[in-house]
Amino acid sequence: MIRFEGVSKVYPAYRDKPSVHALQAIDFAIARGSITGVIGRSGAGKSSLVRLINGLEKPSTGRVVVDGREISALAGRELRLAQRSIGMIFQHFNLLSSRTAADNIALPLEIAGWSRADIAVRVEELLALVGIADKSGRYPSELSGGQKQRIGIARALATRPNVLLSDEATSALDPQTTRAILDLLANINRELGVTIVLITHEMSVVRQLAKEVAVIDGGHVVERGHVADIFTHPRHSVTQAFLSEVIGDSVPVSLASRLSPQPIVSGKAVLRVQVRGTEAGDTVVARLSRELSHDVALLSARIDEIGGQHIGSLILGIPGGEATAKQALAYLSQHDILVERLGYVA
Amino acid sequence: MSRELINLIVQATGESLFMVSVAALVATILGLPLGIFLATSRKGELFAAPPANGILGVIVNAARSTPFIILVVAIIPFTRLIAGTSIGSGAAIVPLTIAATPFIARLVEAAIREVDGGLIETASSFGASPLQIVFKVLIPEALPGLVLALTLAVVSLLGYSAMVGAVGGGGLGDLGIRYGYQRFMPEMMLAVVVVLIALVQTVQTAGDYLARRVNRRLRNR
Repeated sequence: MIRFEGVSKVYPAYRDKPSVHALQAIDFAIARGSITGVIGRSGAGKSSLVRLINGLEKPSTGRVVVDGREISALAGRELRLAQRSIGMIFQHFNLLSSRTAADNIALPLEIAGWSRADIAVRVEELLALVGIADKSGRYPSELSGGQKQRIGIARALATRPNVLLSDEATSALDPQTTRAILDLLANINRELGVTIVLITHEMSVVRQLAKEVAVIDGGHVVERGHVADIFTHPRHSVTQAFLSEVIGDSVPVSLASRLSPQPIVSGKAVLRVQVRGTEAGDTVVARLSRELSHDVALLSARIDEIGGQHIGSLILGIPGGEATAKQALAYLSQHDILVERLGYVA
Repeated sequence: MSRELINLIVQATGESLFMVSVAALVATILGLPLGIFLATSRKGELFAAPPANGILGVIVNAARSTPFIILVVAIIPFTRLIAGTSIGSGAAIVPLTIAATPFIARLVEAAIREVDGGLIETASSFGASPLQIVFKVLIPEALPGLVLALTLAVVSLLGYSAMVGAVGGGGLGDLGIRYGYQRFMPEMMLAVVVVLIALVQTVQTAGDYLARRVNRRLRNR
């Protein structure tokens, strides 16, 4: 559906700014009807990547093929025609303040030269599809962020595109609205079969919506694959950093302030146990307590289910001194459970 | 004040309005596209043509920095070519238009540049041509600013029109100088100033009202 073939993008030096290699050696394909997340820090090149798909930017080398058409080779009228089959939504919605909700949705249809009657019918459909039929005559200044993004989505879908690009579409929204918008996108993907490419810096967005993910850093795709695989077995440090943000394996502040690097008499050793995969971590505390004949304390825990896999971490307090701690580490390692010693608490 | 004097004021007001409205109309027709081009032709913009942008910018600045009274006399041959004469209200329209066009162009440029660049990108993303972007995005979104810009231009033209009396252009300014100053009739001077103030107030109020009407950005104010 969408194919990058040896794509690089260089912004030439301008005045006192040196040239920037925004993307290098990008080679990958996005399947028809899939939802692919592209995640990276700001400046990683993800905005450039998504703008290559709809021809807003041209690659410096390589080809970008969308739906069998080499979009990177098109220009002028041909490019504008091809762009009608690729919709895009934006972080700041980019609605025209001078047009009502309905007229904003009508804009791409006017540009494509639809008749007034056809536009009216299509706009009605779209308003209903995104669930704001009652807001058709309202101006953007009268609407909430979530309602504005619904207009943005309706507008992007107006010309019945095969591809929907989302440029941080939920980054300006609160968590509840974000969830509603992501649900809407999932519905659109399911019902209309639209291929969705979403770029984001939030792993939670990828987790909720995407099936495939590409992690991009320094202009390279550093890791990509099924969301469940990447979440359970992250290899690149950037991926791990993004993951720790959703699976919350950071140590709670109150615990971190009490942690001591030296063993404390009659204290506990603090271990962090990683829970990854289908084998749930929910029995590990009980098993460990039995094995050690000590009551293992659960100091902090977070387990999520992502793509059918349990992912998270437990922070455990092991009483009984250094010998028991060693025994615990040995037991966990034997059972292929990732564990690290964080320190000691009283 | 005698009936004759009042008639003079009425006639002069008519001349001023005639000069200003025709000059404003022609200057808008010329200045609007010029301003839009100035706002969209720098490097990387919609109609990117940096050399043309640079040259036009210099011409606009030169025209704007020439004092109006010097412009009026300097272009007398050109005025005669266009209007057939260099005397009278009709002829005065030529220098007024030439002074107002670059002024309007700069105001239009500023108003167009106020439009969020993200909207241009958005329109491009669904395949809008540069001209469609101008007519469907830039002008409608900049409309409140454009209305205020034209209001300002008309008010300035009223001021300029007072100076064309120097070349026999007629109008309120001319009347004020000839009767009020040269024949020392302070009541005439006062009457002219009062009429000008009333005109400016009317134009500004109408412009502000219109700009508010077309502004959908802040509906609750």
